[in-house]
Amino acid sequence: MKQVDFVNLIMPFKDKVYRLAKRLLVSREEAEDATQEILLKLWNNKEKIKNYKNVEAFSMTMTKNFCLDRLKSKQAQNLKIVHSNYTDNNSSLQKQVEARDSVDWVSKIMDELPEQQKIIVQLRDVEQYDYDEIAKMLDMKETAVRVNLSRARKKIREQLTQTHRYGIR
Amino acid sequence: MELDRIEDLLKKYNNAETSLQEEAELSTYFKSNNVAPHLAHYKALFQYFSEAQHEEFTKDVPLNTKRRYNSYGWISVAAVIVVMIGLYVPNLFGPSEEELKQQEEAQLAYEQTVKALNLLSIGVNQGRSELNALTMVGENLNQGLDEVNRLHHFAKTKNEIFNLSN
Repeated sequence: MKQVDFVNLIMPFKDKVYRLAKRLLVSREEAEDATQEILLKLWNNKEKIKNYKNVEAFSMTMTKNFCLDRLKSKQAQNLKIVHSNYTDNNSSLQKQVEARDSVDWVSKIMDELPEQQKIIVQLRDVEQYDYDEIAKMLDMKETAVRVNLSRARKKIREQLTQTHRYGIR
Repeated sequence: MELDRIEDLLKKYNNAETSLQEEAELSTYFKSNNVAPHLAHYKALFQYFSEAQHEEFTKDVPLNTKRRYNSYGWISVAAVIVVMIGLYVPNLFGPSEEELKQQEEAQLAYEQTVKALNLLSIGVNQGRSELNALTMVGENLNQGLDEVNRLHHFAKTKNEIFNLSN
């Protein structure tokens, strides 16, 4: 496999990997590093890639595991990843996303969710994967995915209505 | 009518029972401007989701990093080889022309000094033979002196004889 083929292969889902990493690791730099790491791992195992049925699903699973490991090692060191995305040169879009208050709230609410629920909401509501795909990626039963998703959505809704009411009063 | 359907969908949504199409329907509804006031808080949620989809990974991935060798190791090997060549090559080709010339000059200088020393020794020998001549002169002088003494004796006896005869 040549470099061009590889780039074409990862093109459709590299952003998804990055977004999932950012969802879990919060900090943009950390997420970029994680994405790089995962894409390099894929590149180094490029001979084996042909054997995988679904490289995208495989990469998402890898991303999830990598980020959870990362979080675990950070917690073991008694350090928390602190994001420093205050100056955002990335895109005006990112600025738009985070500038608006109510939308910003959603991201804060999502940061509060447990990791498992974060991943599922990210995969379903942002990346719009099917339930069975998510179940395969996370090595869970489809019903378990649904249960977790419903819990997460309810939590988000509760928080959102609270802050919304708070805003009105 | 539409609102009923949306509320129904939201209920399903919160129970994670909606299909992707139904979720897309909800998303388009909340993106529109006529959202019912009591559902307004969902607007931010769906807006967030649709905007989060556009975040991109812009960093480059250095795919060839694994192929970089540790070049310092090879540089040291090359340096050792160069040093060894530097030590062996002059010996292999023998003395150079310049060294030959120097050797010739040294030989010449040696021969010239030998010649000069020989000349010196000849001079010294000559001096010695002249010294011999001097010693011969000295011997002759001594002989002369003896003869003068003899003359003296002769004069003495002559005087004595003269005295006796007087």
